[in-house]
Amino acid sequence: MEWSWKRIPAEYLVANVRLCRDGKLADRPGFLHVQKGLVAALGPGAPSREDLPVLDGGGLVCAPGLVDVHVHFREPGQEEKETIATGSRSAAAGGFTAVVTMPNTRPPVDHAPMVRYILDRAQETGLCRVFPTAAISRGQEGETLTEFGDLVKAGAVGFTDDGRPVMHGKLMQFALQYARVLGVPVTCHAEDLTLAGKGVMHAGYWSTKLGLAGLPRLAEDVMVFRDVELARATGGHLHVAHVSTKGTVEIIRRAREQGVHVTAEVTPHHLTLDHSCCRDFSPLYKMSPPLREQEDIEAVTQGLVDGVLDCVATDHAPHTAMEKELMFDQAPFGVVGLETALAVCHTHLVRTGRLSLGQLMEKMSSRAAETYGLPCGRLEEGGEADFLLFDPDEEWTVQPEALRSMSRNTPYGGHKLAGRVKATFLRGRPTYRDGE
Amino acid sequence: MILRSKDLIGLEDLSREEILTILEAAEAFRTIFDRPVRKVPIMRGRTVVNFFVEPSTRTRISFELAEKRLSADIVNFDASNSSLKKGETLRDTAENIQAMKIDMIVVRHSSPGAAAYLGRVLKASVINAGDGAHEHPTQGLLDIMTMRQRLGDLAGRKVTIIGDIAQSRVARSNIYGLTKLGAEVTVCGPPTMVPAAIARLGATVEHDLKRAVADADVLNILRIQLERQSQMVFPGNREYHLMFGVTEEVLRHTKPSCFVMHPGPMNRDVEISSAVADGPRQVILEQVTNGVAVRMAVIYLLSGGDPRQLGGGARTGVREEE
Ligand SMILES: [Zn+2]
Repeated sequence: MEWSWKRIPAEYLVANVRLCRDGKLADRPGFLHVQKGLVAALGPGAPSREDLPVLDGGGLVCAPGLVDVHVHFREPGQEEKETIATGSRSAAAGGFTAVVTMPNTRPPVDHAPMVRYILDRAQETGLCRVFPTAAISRGQEGETLTEFGDLVKAGAVGFTDDGRPVMHGKLMQFALQYARVLGVPVTCHAEDLTLAGKGVMHAGYWSTKLGLAGLPRLAEDVMVFRDVELARATGGHLHVAHVSTKGTVEIIRRAREQGVHVTAEVTPHHLTLDHSCCRDFSPLYKMSPPLREQEDIEAVTQGLVDGVLDCVATDHAPHTAMEKELMFDQAPFGVVGLETALAVCHTHLVRTGRLSLGQLMEKMSSRAAETYGLPCGRLEEGGEADFLLFDPDEEWTVQPEALRSMSRNTPYGGHKLAGRVKATFLRGRPTYRDGE
Repeated sequence: MILRSKDLIGLEDLSREEILTILEAAEAFRTIFDRPVRKVPIMRGRTVVNFFVEPSTRTRISFELAEKRLSADIVNFDASNSSLKKGETLRDTAENIQAMKIDMIVVRHSSPGAAAYLGRVLKASVINAGDGAHEHPTQGLLDIMTMRQRLGDLAGRKVTIIGDIAQSRVARSNIYGLTKLGAEVTVCGPPTMVPAAIARLGATVEHDLKRAVADADVLNILRIQLERQSQMVFPGNREYHLMFGVTEEVLRHTKPSCFVMHPGPMNRDVEISSAVADGPRQVILEQVTNGVAVRMAVIYLLSGGDPRQLGGGARTGVREEE
């Protein structure tokens, strides 16, 4: 029987694919049997059933749908940058089937109806699982705790004031205590604002040369250290967002060895780009935390390889072209990343031999999901049929205008990357197909 | 074209030869300042816009005079009080300027990179009159011109720059320009005002003022931004003056021939004592005069002028306004 992208059968086979599971890529072709949105069977060889529609995978890699634990979808409040619908579309195009949204919308996600609003909009769109986090403090103002229990009941999977740090130590301590009881992590955007000052890029050679105010590594390291100690003292689960410095990697490494409950993520751009990218003053390289130095890139890469850093997350932060036309010091922080993440990591980590493709896929799916305790990111019998088809050999050039996100602020425009997502499936239905 | 670029964004981009070409042209233009009519018709019929998004009376007047002495048509756009506020894009501004068909734009902006951006998007020549803490090339050139008038060839000479190096576009332009001409540059200031990476731009870092001035041929004293005090960059004016203020006592530790420069405006008795500011070792007003000549030279060369036409002390090529 034929398989049609137009009318998705309730039950079908994906044949002739290289299955990628539990950190390993099968070396011989296998199959996936999808039944009513679930994985009925999978394994090496050819499927025994012949009566079902067959999608020929053409030897592509079939991996669990990717999970991004750090995205900004901007809705409500800044729908000119991104909406839950356009963000989901962008996620699907990047091979993602689940994302964790940050709560710094306008207004911020600081009470239960806001969580439900986001879940409803995500449901309507239906292209991606959306797991919202909620703010630690009301209005993200860093003063009063939000209603943690009510927010978790509404569906919040964690708490963070991402976009800005919690400067108040006691508030952070209380947040970790509350979250511990509720079994969810508190995510820190580690930045001591008194050390960061008016900085707009990494403090070092290039900031000195360009005359742009610097963001020192210390601003990050000092806050990570504080939060790690708070996690140790409270027994709470600290998740460190977008690790960018070698110091942070070391602090987390030590804390984990000592049994502190800390998880951490690193972005594709902090794994691949350094502060010299800012040399032409382009705000496309302005992000928080900033692009650092080669030794930091090496440290976060090693941290990811070792498992000290659990997963890759994009910190997908859409901004309009108009805002990124501003001068570097005036433009907003942040870059989009969903549609380039896998290819960037594949090019810079797998092709260079730092990680196997299986390991990378694991860090971008199941390991990522585990940091927030999400019920996704695995490809297994009886589980949801969330998967992607990936061609590791296809080379392509990033064209910002071709992105499906509403915003085009990618730092990878013009970059040649190796490896391309060919199709993404959520509950057995295609949410993205290359070329469409 | 004599200069490789249509723009002057920074001294980092200029070769040693280009710097010398500008300085020679500036010397030629300087000679006309002593004439009864200080004007030449070189830029007649050409339009220059002075686009100052960040206010600067001194630099603007210096450019304006240079343009007038070259007979250019001038438009002054003082955007510091206008509708162009933070948040409006420079691109909109650039497109407007482009549409008005002008030949040259002099831009002063608080954002590093603003001049380079306009240079990329405009066909007109762009002169950077200061972009944040990045560069201020004409100030660097006029400083170098003043030094060369006193010292001749700068190779092997020692220049000490004192003050808030971190925030100073003057310091950066000086470092690039001076090191290209073979001079040695030492920077001196409180550790909070001297980023470690400045050494990689080619300067020696010294925090002890007496050591920093000991074998210097020139002291270039930067203006301290008094409003920065609140940011805890230094403990106060009095303390700054005690540790880094250039006084007659400090000058006693220098060579007798060492002279003192300041880009102005001065905070008297903070970074420089009144006695030094008014004393025999300072060349501050010569800097101001040279500033006009340097700006004339830059405008002339960027608009396609041939420096050979200026040879022989400006008597041949540069004709007086009839
Ligand atoms: Zn953040």
